[in-house]
Amino acid sequence: MFSSILWTGLAIGAIYALIAVTYNVMFSASRVMSFTAGQVGMLGGVIGAWLILRLHMPIIIGFPLTLLGCAAVGVLTEIVAVRPVIAGLEKHLYVLSTLALALMMQQFTAIEWSTEPQPFPRIVGAGFALDEKFWLPLLACAAVIVGLELLYRHTLVGRAFLAIAEDNYAARALGLPERGLRIASFALAGAIAGLAGFAGGQLLLASIANGPMLNFYGFVPVALGGLGNNRGAIVSGLLLGVFQQAANFLFGGVFVSVAVFAAFIVVLMAAPQGLFGAAPTRRV
Amino acid sequence: MRSRLPALPYLLIFAAAAALPLAGDDYIVLIATRAAVYWVLVSGLNLVVGFGGQLAIGWVSLLTIGAYTTSVFVARGWLGALPALVVAALAGAVAGAIVGLPALRLRTFYFAMATLGFATIVTQVALAWTGVTGGGIGIAGPTLPAPLDTQMGFYLFCLALAALCTWMTLNVAASRFGRALVGLRDAEVATEAMGVSKSRLLMTVFLFSGALAAVAGGLFATLQSYITPDAFTFDLSVLFFIAILIGGRGSILGPLLGTILLTILPELAAPLVAWSTFLYAALLLVIVIVLPGGIADLLDQRRRRKLPENRQIVPRPELVASLITRQVDRPALIISGLHLSFGGVRAIDGLDLELRPGEVHGLIGPNGSGKTTTLNVISGFYQPQEGGVRVGDAPLSGGPQTRAALGIARTFQTPRAIGEASVIENVMIGGTVEGRASFAETVLALPRHWSDEKTLRTQAERCLRIIGIEALADERADRLQHSELRFMEIARALMLCPSFLLLDEPAAGLSPDEITRLGALIKAIRAAGCGVLLVEHHVDLIFDVCDRVTVLNLGRELAAGTPSEIRAHKEVVSAYLGG
Repeated sequence: MFSSILWTGLAIGAIYALIAVTYNVMFSASRVMSFTAGQVGMLGGVIGAWLILRLHMPIIIGFPLTLLGCAAVGVLTEIVAVRPVIAGLEKHLYVLSTLALALMMQQFTAIEWSTEPQPFPRIVGAGFALDEKFWLPLLACAAVIVGLELLYRHTLVGRAFLAIAEDNYAARALGLPERGLRIASFALAGAIAGLAGFAGGQLLLASIANGPMLNFYGFVPVALGGLGNNRGAIVSGLLLGVFQQAANFLFGGVFVSVAVFAAFIVVLMAAPQGLFGAAPTRRV
Repeated sequence: MRSRLPALPYLLIFAAAAALPLAGDDYIVLIATRAAVYWVLVSGLNLVVGFGGQLAIGWVSLLTIGAYTTSVFVARGWLGALPALVVAALAGAVAGAIVGLPALRLRTFYFAMATLGFATIVTQVALAWTGVTGGGIGIAGPTLPAPLDTQMGFYLFCLALAALCTWMTLNVAASRFGRALVGLRDAEVATEAMGVSKSRLLMTVFLFSGALAAVAGGLFATLQSYITPDAFTFDLSVLFFIAILIGGRGSILGPLLGTILLTILPELAAPLVAWSTFLYAALLLVIVIVLPGGIADLLDQRRRRKLPENRQIVPRPELVASLITRQVDRPALIISGLHLSFGGVRAIDGLDLELRPGEVHGLIGPNGSGKTTTLNVISGFYQPQEGGVRVGDAPLSGGPQTRAALGIARTFQTPRAIGEASVIENVMIGGTVEGRASFAETVLALPRHWSDEKTLRTQAERCLRIIGIEALADERADRLQHSELRFMEIARALMLCPSFLLLDEPAAGLSPDEITRLGALIKAIRAAGCGVLLVEHHVDLIFDVCDRVTVLNLGRELAAGTPSEIRAHKEVVSAYLGG
């Protein structure tokens, strides 16, 4: 019983952590927090199920196509909801434009796919001591951490990402292609969210309800870990998942939601920069 | 002030709505009832979103709370439907304050997320608390007493409430509370410096709008006649929120039209029902990108009116004395031993300064020497790590909103104005602390509300005449030139009849003529007994108007004395003046 709670918690936590990383990757490149993060996660499950179960594609093709599709949605987000807004004077309107796009994604999926949860294919099959629905999300999370680390530390593009995140103006003054890097970041973010939804497909199923759910529970680690802080996000995400499952077992579902929400608000009120810290902003 | 007959559009809308039953179609009346119920909620939410700029996207939670409170109280036979609505309003006010609480600390996206989380939780609680709410099975909605229990009676009741809400929110919009809300949205720092307490104002508005939302919830339950948690989908939140944004922020007519539009839209064609939320969202996206001001911006004729070219700002310094008469033997504003560091940077490193009434004190120095930081400490935006500021023997403590009551007013290095408000409204914000009417008195337009408005408007007109931009009083501030905005900020500061006036580079970007006139104005303000602290880079202006000058370098006093002493000071000449 204990191990099942722990594994479910870690697996869900890994999905939350990946959505949190999605938020962070988009934020680093554009200073925009996008309501589409959780929706693209939802799309990862839905597109995967659609390609593999309905169109009967082999996984080896369906999986990369899912990531590609989600990356394309990420790019679409940048073009439709982010670029026009941050070019203007009132940059905070991104909250509304990304909310609008997220709602459109959700409604479109609800009508064209289904409002009920649909089955998601098994990826690896039997033969493991632990069911794949537990270790796939963790594996995906580990892969993303390692991948991002390699990208940021050892490639020129990755360093350019960091430069843009650190100081947008200075990076542009150095001649970095800010717009191209932003599009690349949104594609990357889309792929990460898609991976989260795909790897978590067995656990969460292909359901539109995952969109708002991941939006919120994926943002909690961002808030707790500090905006733009990927390590904080991953630690907080895993902790959140385990806490949620444990409390779910001990006290029941409603209590957990209330507790998570209350913790989210209390932490933010007490430490708006998160527990692991993020850059402060100047008011006057 | 937007048109000569401000009430006309509202009268037309409500007269048309009241005449709707004559069409004899029950379905039309049903849709109209729904629109009226929605408007009761949206009108209150409009103050939060449209005026306050708080992105409360999960407002359906308050509708849910109101609906269940009313239904449970009636179903258990505790109260009749109408008293139950009052209880719901109280519950809604409390819930509104709880949802709103995070807004005091959290910005835009974070707050939006928090309201979204709250909405999820309320639905879950409604599902899980089966003993009270009936869980997924639901509960019967309340039935109103005769004659409100017929379709017609209920419709007219909702319509009357909707009209009442329109009137109440119009009162708030045209009051110091409405202006301060918009101020917090568009120029938060300046508005707080004018004495507006963000937390108090926002909490009041959240209480009010929570109460309205819960009343709408009670009516909604009656309209549905039976409610389950499924009835309160997030789509409703989206409708409310988007109605306001499509209507346009800072407007009441716009969101009213938006609510009507979004309620009717899905009825126009059957396929639209399924796609309605998609359409709302698409509409929102288009509005945000193409027309961030919404319908209201289209209706606003002031945007298109042509302003005269070659406008001149000609202040009337001789009128200052009629506005301010302060004794000069009052205690001075004293800064002593001030230290303030940001991380490793010592912004102010042991500063002493005395600003006496009836004196102009210049504060000059190179960029980064701590001039503006000093002003920010005086206005309460930064708390010093050592030393402090006091007036006479009374130390200044607390945040920026406490300074206006002490008669300390200021302007900003970059003018901070509310672009969508008119010039006179911008100036009136300066006098917010002078208002006497409470929020409740304003909502009901009681006499003190009217006397406040009259006093503030007269005072603002007088300030504008002193500054010399009274011809622009009714223009939108975002159409003004830079120099006009600078002078407008001075007018706004004068609204307080300040004891101490802090000017942060008032001459930056002004023409030589304008600087001369500004100098005369500052001298007149001094003559009226006000102490002026002048941060400036125009050395000629400084030496012309200042009685004493302090030169800062790296957060420390490099020199202090009369202008002629400073002019002769060797280090100042080499470090700053050049020569």
